[in-house]
Amino acid sequence: MSNESAAGRLLASEPDDQGHFGPYGGTYVSETLMHALEELKEAYFRWREDEEFLARFDADLAHYVGRPSPIYFARRLTEAAGGARILLKREDLNHTGAHKINNTVGQALLADYMGKTRIIAETGAGQHGVASATVAARLGKQCVVYMGEVDIHRQSINVFRMRLLGAEVRSVTSGSKTLKDALNEAMRDWVTNVDDTFYIIGTVAGPHPYPVMVRDFNAVVGREAKRQMLEQYDALPDVLVACVGGGSNALGLFHPFIGDTEVRMVGVEAAGDGLHSGRHAASLCAGRPGVLHGCRTYLMDDDAGQIEHTHSVSAGLDYPGVGPEHAFLKDSGRAEYVGVTDVEAMEGFHQLTRLEGILPALESAHAVAYGMKLAASMRPDQMVLINLSGRGDKDVQTVAALEGISL
Amino acid sequence: MNNRIDQRFAALAETGRRALIPFVTAGYPEAEWTVPILHALVRAGADIIELGVPFSDPMADGPVIQVASERAIVNGVSLQVVLDMVRQFRREDPVTPIVLMGYLNPVERYGNEAFAGDAAAAGVDGLLLVDCPPEEMGELRARLDQHGVFPICLVAPTTTEARMETISQQARGYLYYVSFKGITGADRLDASALAAPLARLREHTALPLAVGFGIKGPESAAAVAGVAEGVVIGSALIEALGATESPDAACERVTGFLAPIRAAMDNEAR
Repeated sequence: MSNESAAGRLLASEPDDQGHFGPYGGTYVSETLMHALEELKEAYFRWREDEEFLARFDADLAHYVGRPSPIYFARRLTEAAGGARILLKREDLNHTGAHKINNTVGQALLADYMGKTRIIAETGAGQHGVASATVAARLGKQCVVYMGEVDIHRQSINVFRMRLLGAEVRSVTSGSKTLKDALNEAMRDWVTNVDDTFYIIGTVAGPHPYPVMVRDFNAVVGREAKRQMLEQYDALPDVLVACVGGGSNALGLFHPFIGDTEVRMVGVEAAGDGLHSGRHAASLCAGRPGVLHGCRTYLMDDDAGQIEHTHSVSAGLDYPGVGPEHAFLKDSGRAEYVGVTDVEAMEGFHQLTRLEGILPALESAHAVAYGMKLAASMRPDQMVLINLSGRGDKDVQTVAALEGISL
Repeated sequence: MNNRIDQRFAALAETGRRALIPFVTAGYPEAEWTVPILHALVRAGADIIELGVPFSDPMADGPVIQVASERAIVNGVSLQVVLDMVRQFRREDPVTPIVLMGYLNPVERYGNEAFAGDAAAAGVDGLLLVDCPPEEMGELRARLDQHGVFPICLVAPTTTEARMETISQQARGYLYYVSFKGITGADRLDASALAAPLARLREHTALPLAVGFGIKGPESAAAVAGVAEGVVIGSALIEALGATESPDAACERVTGFLAPIRAAMDNEAR
């Protein structure tokens, strides 16, 4: 992977010094955290250009995560859609079952370099919590994961996995008891234990430098995909499709393609019961700019500026904000954002499972559903690359419950 | 010296008293109780009132203020309603400074220009946004300046000397020193450890210093009054308000809670 490291990592579009992507991003936190973020920024921007750090990161990705993940031609899914060729970037095959591990391996390595002994994380679907507990176990660090009470109920398997890994899972009962409240609680922990604690944020949101750092650690997905597409198909895909909650898997795939303007990029948000139902989590499609969790971005709030409760069948997309770089890509027109409802996502889930023998995470099923729709409108000589960001083992209980089956 | 905050600190300096700065969440426990509670705070010896604007995601607050915020939102209290409360309070009290304390998003949704104008007209003297460091205030800062509303800034134990300088240049009225690394209401205050950081801070500013976070009663208030010009009390006061059953009972509770604190602070200053 040497041709993909070092200089290749210094990516084309960078925010300013304070982390602003145009009007978005920035550092909106309480004063107590300003110094910690400054330290983190210095450490990250220093180590991300350090050959030894990058070599260790690459080695972890290869030998611990199991990269590169393949690009798989989904023949029967393509036939069912009846149009462009559908390809899947198999992040579901990573260790722990999703793209989230790319970022946690990177941040844990950084925590080690910074001498932090305690790791905290927030989680929605539990994938990021599991990925954080995993790297904490491997490095022998104490780990506390904050998770909304509602999510704990719908993702009990992941909760148990985290506990097996030695992490303490703390139930968050404030607000809507989901991902956003878990993030609030993790911030409160960090502000209290800022000296010895490293906060591993799981998505491309939060205060600077998190949006840049999480994107960079996940950008291995896009760099690999680009190389694999050229090797296997001698062409770049016509369209990239990825689901967007906070947006880390999408940005990881998109970012290395930003300069390839002939490649369309489509982010798929959770439209829940429908974009006009008031029950969804599509901040880019149906929200507006505001400030939440340390950054300016698109979010869902009411006329008084209170953050609204969101809804999605998929816990990992159930978040009222989104990474600031996505807000920037939306406004600039470089990426498009669409919504897929719970019902459509479930259809995508079943199609991929039955036609390809691949059980996708409900988050990723949103991308599958839209990717099929898009492929149907395209020519057979064109290619759609879907980021299959995670596997669905964690969701079988949710799916069973939705279909009235008791396990 | 048009701003009531400057006027109040100047008057206090003449008599050698310290500022008692209670914090209450607007609309808690009931929306209609807030204005009577504000007057009761003044009667009990409050010098400046920090009025909390409820927000759905109060990242820097402990459980007490979180619950108060949630309740206030259920009670229908928006920033607009908070400004109405201040307007109503001002009809009877033209002198006690009011600082709104909260988070940025409700202010942005209201609109920077509209907020600064309406807040000044309602009689608001300062604005403290927990999640908006001076670096990010930008256009809002200009609008506040234009309307004479002071930006009140936080300084924390983790604030470097370089940042102390930046913040001091931006701040007006007083600096709010966060007494420990943590969230509001936590029990970690060590007043004896405050002297050194406050002395460092004074090298960068001539503004009065108020200390908040973790001050629970007369003893800790008096200790803080020994080293700072102002003492902020929030969570403990909100807790005292929690179980009250009528506005009169709430006002009595506030007076009963604050009076001994006022007395302890005044003794300390003597």
